[in-house]
Amino acid sequence: MTIQSRTPSILLLGYGNLGRGDDAVGPALIEAMQDYLADNNRTDVECLTDMQLQIEHVTDLVARDRILFIDADMSCGSACSLRPLLAEKDDSYTTHAMNPAAVIYTYQQVYGSPAPPAYLLSIRTYSFELGDNICAEANQNLSLAIKMAKAFCEKDYNLPTT
Amino acid sequence: MQSNQTNTTSNGSRRVAIDPISRVEGHGKITLLLDDDNHIQEARLHIVEFRGFEKFIQGRPYWEVPVFVQRLCGICPVSHHLAAAKAVDQLVGVESLTPTSHKLRELLHFGQTMQSHALHFFHLSSPDLLFGFGSDMAKRNIVGVIEKHPNVALKGVKLRKYGQQLIAAIMGKRIHGLAAVPGGMNKSLNKEERDVLLADIEDIKTWSMDAVLLNEQLHMINPENQSFATLNTPFLSMVGAKGELELYHGGLRANKANGDPLFDQFDYRGYENIIREEVRPWSYMKFPYLTELGKEKGWYRVGALARVNNCDSINTPLAEEARQRFKAFADGAFVQDTLAYHWARMIEVLHCAEAIERLLNDPDISGDDLVVTGEKRHEGVGVIEAPRGTLFHHYKVDEEGLIEKANLIVSTTSNNQAMNESVRSVANQYIDGNEVTEGLLNHLEVAVRAYDPCLSCATHALGKMPLQVELLDTAGNQLDQLSKGSDGKFERLS
Repeated sequence: MTIQSRTPSILLLGYGNLGRGDDAVGPALIEAMQDYLADNNRTDVECLTDMQLQIEHVTDLVARDRILFIDADMSCGSACSLRPLLAEKDDSYTTHAMNPAAVIYTYQQVYGSPAPPAYLLSIRTYSFELGDNICAEANQNLSLAIKMAKAFCEKDYNLPTT
Repeated sequence: MQSNQTNTTSNGSRRVAIDPISRVEGHGKITLLLDDDNHIQEARLHIVEFRGFEKFIQGRPYWEVPVFVQRLCGICPVSHHLAAAKAVDQLVGVESLTPTSHKLRELLHFGQTMQSHALHFFHLSSPDLLFGFGSDMAKRNIVGVIEKHPNVALKGVKLRKYGQQLIAAIMGKRIHGLAAVPGGMNKSLNKEERDVLLADIEDIKTWSMDAVLLNEQLHMINPENQSFATLNTPFLSMVGAKGELELYHGGLRANKANGDPLFDQFDYRGYENIIREEVRPWSYMKFPYLTELGKEKGWYRVGALARVNNCDSINTPLAEEARQRFKAFADGAFVQDTLAYHWARMIEVLHCAEAIERLLNDPDISGDDLVVTGEKRHEGVGVIEAPRGTLFHHYKVDEEGLIEKANLIVSTTSNNQAMNESVRSVANQYIDGNEVTEGLLNHLEVAVRAYDPCLSCATHALGKMPLQVELLDTAGNQLDQLSKGSDGKFERLS
């Protein structure tokens, strides 16, 4: 139950259901990034996927320099966007899934200190039907998001502040 | 219950609708039908769950099912995996597994139950209970409880994490791994994996016991918790051969609300003889009922409250002591308090912790005899006690092993009518004229949440979680409308 002594400094956490159409873009981005990072021998970046965010994910955030959450977003105003996350209490109705900002909030509750700098990469998506693949439009947006995630992993990346 | 189904337009009732618009995540809707005296005639909790799944898997080979069904839910994929695996065991003609495979599945299921219950109590429901929804006096008492348990959040995270670690050790990863195969399991635990898990088990047991004690206090010192959304219902659950609490495999037991038995040790493969499902035009969810009691009186409750009430004992010592205190609270009768679901869940978490320790110390868990084979069949029924209650998976296959028909009765479906009744009870208590108040909405949430319903369609997308309350008059005119966003902020829309 402890984090390994050599925790990679950057965490990419993509989440969504592979079985429900565009909801899979987060894990799909992680799959692409794993290949890219392996090719470039980047052991300082860890990739994780899950179906939904939950409270135990706070333990994945410990001892990171920066964190990137990747999620499908039906309300995203552009193909994809990257923004910093601020801790925010989640009062959503009976849901068993958390927003990334709520995970950051829970981190503070659990560990008594602010979480490492965290960002959200939102990918514009359209359809979440059971059994569907990622649609063509979402795939195009995913390609742009992968470029953004690669840039995020660069050591001299200029992190956004708003 | 009969009056709860009265048509609204024919008798002058008004309608209150509570509607999370999202069709993507947490797709729930509550409609309250008022009469002219502002009493709730009927409550309808709409849930879209597993939309199209039974159709979707038709034509797929049976051996894919335990993998597919994990996509149903982000919270209890393991429960669906195991229920489907039990059905598939029958499809390949296997009646009993090897000791190693049986114990590995039990261990997996204990991990799943622990993580699910821990999440529900510590993250979703403890704010309701710890910070109170009732009188100031109750709140002061609750604050006192909090002061005695300052590390509630941290313990909750660690219990959840431990359950997930156990699942990952057996399945390869936290979600959507692979463990059960037709007739067995695909791997056992090695010594290193066992030792890692055993290293933390004493803490896990301690925290589980703390959670039980916290819930005992919360329930016993707060009269409002005891009366809130309370019903008198029959209970359905699985029990072991000696009537003990059983989560993975056993016979079905149902008791009436007063404790009189309906059936016991019933072979779940004949479930269609004891449970029927009613379809109502306003809901995608079916309404199961116990055949012997009929549609009107046969609705029942499942889940931790049903299991802890129904069983005669628990085969781990600390959980058994906790069960006896639970039973003593109602002087040996059934505890029907809806909010006692939380208490019962923590008793089960403690049982899981003890059972996990026992299994991790069992040499069988590292055995290498994993798979049994048999003569193929065309039909299989798998039933387990999922965290939220009895879960049925029923499949029929053709000559080529392709799924012809699937029927799932998920736990939330079994609690469907009970949730409606609890909502109606609470709404009648807190409705205030023609206004949809924040207080009413919050209290309805507490009532629904007690059942830990799985409203999620197992997708997650940002920006899709509003909650709306709408009040209509008999002519359909909107009197009031209140919205609650995922950030908890209310907005009056009319």
